[in-house]
Amino acid sequence: MEQDLKAELQKHGVFTTTFEELYNWGRKNSVWPLTFGLACCAIEMIATTMARYDLARFGAEVFRASPRQADLIIVSGTVTKKMAPQVVRLYNQMPEPKYVIAMGACAISGGPFRDGYNVLKGIDRYIPVDVHIPGCPPRPEALIDAFMALQRKIAGQQLTGGARARHLKPETPSEYPVPEHGEHGLEPTLNAEVWNPLRVIQ
Amino acid sequence: MTPEQIRSEIEAAIPGCSVEVAPNGAVPGQASLAVDRLHALEAAWFLRRHPGLLLDFCSNVAGVDWLDREISEKVKVRKLVDGVEQEAEETRKSKIPGRLEAVYHLFSIEKKQGPVILRVRTENRSDRVEIPSLTPVWRSAEFQEREIFDLYGIVFTGHPDLRRLLMWEGFTDHPMRKDYVPPPEDDGPQDPRGAVGKEAAAG
Repeated sequence: MEQDLKAELQKHGVFTTTFEELYNWGRKNSVWPLTFGLACCAIEMIATTMARYDLARFGAEVFRASPRQADLIIVSGTVTKKMAPQVVRLYNQMPEPKYVIAMGACAISGGPFRDGYNVLKGIDRYIPVDVHIPGCPPRPEALIDAFMALQRKIAGQQLTGGARARHLKPETPSEYPVPEHGEHGLEPTLNAEVWNPLRVIQ
Repeated sequence: MTPEQIRSEIEAAIPGCSVEVAPNGAVPGQASLAVDRLHALEAAWFLRRHPGLLLDFCSNVAGVDWLDREISEKVKVRKLVDGVEQEAEETRKSKIPGRLEAVYHLFSIEKKQGPVILRVRTENRSDRVEIPSLTPVWRSAEFQEREIFDLYGIVFTGHPDLRRLLMWEGFTDHPMRKDYVPPPEDDGPQDPRGAVGKEAAAG
């Protein structure tokens, strides 16, 4: 339906919507994150949920203590190579539809600890990330901004057709291979199906 | 007590124990005691029970990796040059073999004094890396010795639970050693080693 017509009808007290819009409106306003923190970014994440910043305004106040009940995993902090398989396993245990926010420089790329011997160079090497937040650590406003970006993404997801959401395509996996602890590091070092680094523009 | 006094007391109390006072050129100038590894446990018990020291608290254990070093000293030598005795300078080179070291920082809560710094050295840094664990003397050394075992590869004999602390079981390297090379990983567009880096370099 055309937006102009919809606006015109609304002026006359006729509210129109589609099943897709209604469905996404419901989903985007009750995204339950997983109770899961890794480092200093987790402190900012906790502050975001508290009264001053109040993530509850966006319907995300219910942090679930089980991945089986969570819709969103906020990777908040440095992912060590020792921890990385557990993070992937937690993601695998979440039911669809599920979303990932990579919070802070460490979760994006390893950040200031990138060259450390036990630091994973970004969680997007193993699981698909929906929103990246830069910062070290990002302020609660940045997390709220990322959360609103995720809400816009959910609201725009299509339920049918070729461009439908990731979780509705039968060919896209909902679980990803868990990396193994090898003798010198993680094996494999990345999942090429997931990892999509920015290309250098020359 | 000065480190020299402590040294002579340890050597007098434990027959066969050799202690070396290692000077510290840095500003605090805290000299440390390098105890030979065969008598380190006895010396530790001695320091803990000595009525004048009562070192009842081990605040910190650190690992050090010393690579093979070459020290060149300038020495003045008298030489016969064309039948005439002359003073000449010669550089002498001496090699210090590489080794691993555990450094214990000891305090006395009872006496409100410290620190006394104890060093225990391994024979080399490849296959003879055993030194006695001082966890039986100071319980607080347990996790720190595990961390040193993990990151430097010093094997503490007599440790109650010697497992890796930070890295996983099955990891074979010791990342804090100076010759540690991390495994190659594709670092993204900036990394010329990886597939993506090559693609970016080719345009």
